[in-house]
Amino acid sequence: MKKIFYIFLIFLFKINIAYSLIEVDITRGNLDPLPIAVSPLHVDSKSDNYQDAETKELGELISSVVEKNFRSTGLFNPLNKDAFIQKPDIVHLKPRFEDWRLITAQALVTGKLLIKDEKLKIEFRLWDVAANKEMIALAFTTTPSNWRRVAHIISDKIYERLTGESGYFDTRIIYISETGPRTQRVKKLAIMDQDGENTKYLTLGNELVLTPRFNPTNQLVTYLSYFRNLPRVYLLDIETGIQEVVGNFPGMTFAPRFSPDGKKIIMSFAKNGNSDIYTMDLESRLVEKITEDSSIDTSPSYSPDGKYITFNSDRSGIQQIYTMKSDGSEVKRISFGDGLYGTPVWSPRGDLIAFTKVRRGKFYIGVMRSDGSGERLLTENFYQEAPSWSPNGRLLVFYRETKAGKNGEGFTAKLWSIDITGYNERELKTETDASDPSWSSLLSK
Amino acid sequence: MTRSLIYSLSFHAVMVLLTILSLPFMIRQPVDLPPILSVEFIQISDKTNIPFAPKARKVLEKVKKEEKRVVSEQAPPAAKAKEKPDRIPLPKKQDEKKELIKKKQNPKEVKPEIRQASEFEKKEIIDTNQIAALIDKAKEESTKIEKSKDKLTQSNVKNSFASGLTLSEEDALKAQIFGCWTVPLGLPYDENLLVRVKLELKQDGTINKSEILDHERMNKPGQKFYKILAESALRAVRICQPLRVPQTGYEKWKTIQLNFDPSEMLKG
Repeated sequence: MKKIFYIFLIFLFKINIAYSLIEVDITRGNLDPLPIAVSPLHVDSKSDNYQDAETKELGELISSVVEKNFRSTGLFNPLNKDAFIQKPDIVHLKPRFEDWRLITAQALVTGKLLIKDEKLKIEFRLWDVAANKEMIALAFTTTPSNWRRVAHIISDKIYERLTGESGYFDTRIIYISETGPRTQRVKKLAIMDQDGENTKYLTLGNELVLTPRFNPTNQLVTYLSYFRNLPRVYLLDIETGIQEVVGNFPGMTFAPRFSPDGKKIIMSFAKNGNSDIYTMDLESRLVEKITEDSSIDTSPSYSPDGKYITFNSDRSGIQQIYTMKSDGSEVKRISFGDGLYGTPVWSPRGDLIAFTKVRRGKFYIGVMRSDGSGERLLTENFYQEAPSWSPNGRLLVFYRETKAGKNGEGFTAKLWSIDITGYNERELKTETDASDPSWSSLLSK
Repeated sequence: MTRSLIYSLSFHAVMVLLTILSLPFMIRQPVDLPPILSVEFIQISDKTNIPFAPKARKVLEKVKKEEKRVVSEQAPPAAKAKEKPDRIPLPKKQDEKKELIKKKQNPKEVKPEIRQASEFEKKEIIDTNQIAALIDKAKEESTKIEKSKDKLTQSNVKNSFASGLTLSEEDALKAQIFGCWTVPLGLPYDENLLVRVKLELKQDGTINKSEILDHERMNKPGQKFYKILAESALRAVRICQPLRVPQTGYEKWKTIQLNFDPSEMLKG
């Protein structure tokens, strides 16, 4: 009897607990960029040449690069430094979180730097202002001239900690620099940091160059140039400047791209009006024919695991996107929309394929899943093409030309980037007009 | 002694029993059953003698004549009987049906104003043929209204019973947190990213203790997006405090669970 009584009591108690727990579903929030405060890095007074203006400014410069990177993502809102209450030297030791909450900051970046014996040592910390706790703390040592790269690496680390996906700031973009009137364009191979700084020209502009692509280690570049008046695929070592023609093809080779392991180059080879896809092993120099069709097969791009290839072909009568296994088997058409599809590029995440679409005189940059479903057109313009993925698969860079007048006036070619959600479309700063961009992988892996 | 004690106890027991039985709730009410009435169901439209309005009478007689003529050439009513009573036909289908009926009708097309009375006429005329239908409809409507009322009340009861908050209190709390929660924009939309946060609140709505219910998931490999979302949820409740909680019933809401689910937002 007693037992029953106790069981009854426990039952009543449990019912009471169940009753008391209130559950509220939160299914909406604000989509505003995260307010983040990037405090200037404190320069240690023990630094060499501490009194130099250059040394004193370095902390400000690094924080401004970080801030600019964050602003460009569209995901963060770096707060105005004038509103900061706490000074950099104190905040790095112990932030007064109330002061940062006051200016609506949700995350805070602090740091300090020391230059000693021609070495730059940088420490930084990321703080969760609402939780009053440190989220990440790292230190780097490098040469002082490398300060900009360190700023990009810091940005990548913070980006990864706050979004969950890897960053893309410590990267480069290779592109074709264009100068001169439209009918007599001088095209050079150029390389720059993703934020438009540190531009370097790799060719002199004597020969026409097109479609440069990085290899996975970012040391080699393959591109199209002219050799004895024939377009041929070239290979260039960025460090040494040595370049060579890829393969001994008795005709035109174009649209080159590296395989994900960097051991092969995949490209198109055209002969007698027919164009097929070939690969060449960079070690053994063995050439392999991948497609065998009377149509024009071009713009090949490997999937990140190297098992599949996407390309465009007019074998159905109209230019469309196809996928196949890396040995050329199981060819499958994946685009069926209205218009022409070209320049397919497989995302580094492997889930999407970016492409250029032409429909009723308009050019679109879009993405679709690798099986062809879920096509989304991200941006529309008069002329734009050649999308290239950021290493984290979040952004696409492409180039866009403006409509020229009768004598070529008003013509420009610029690089643009867009988020795969279709938001945050922005122009990338380049020294000259630019086309055919290709995004490198992360330099610091 | 023992005997007198037994007498006394039995006497008291009898008294107590009598008292209990005489209490009002113990008295059985005589069952007052109503006399059984036999009811014969008849069609009102067949037997009624409600007079028509003089103006309408003529019109209705005309309509009846025309209808008789038309009905004779219409499709057999069996087809109609197949329709489910609760089915709401789509406008297109209605049109098709009308067209079908027209085709089957007499070549002499019946003028619409004769066949059907206008809305205004309907209000003036008491059409006995439709009274039964009207009554039925009214019944249906009233039950529908009652049902919807019931539903509303039930949900209210369920909500307030289960959550301990009224709808308006819950809405106020949600609206407050919506404003504070900055959803991380880089999250994938196709992953299960529900974050459950349990809060212990003080009487003024400030947070005494916060806890991620699936916190072990935060440190698992491949769950970095969950961690990011969980951190954003905690940030939101901290920024929002003091939470907008009712001024009374602290015992009910001192422990509260918030379920953060960004899937709808991320899918757009």
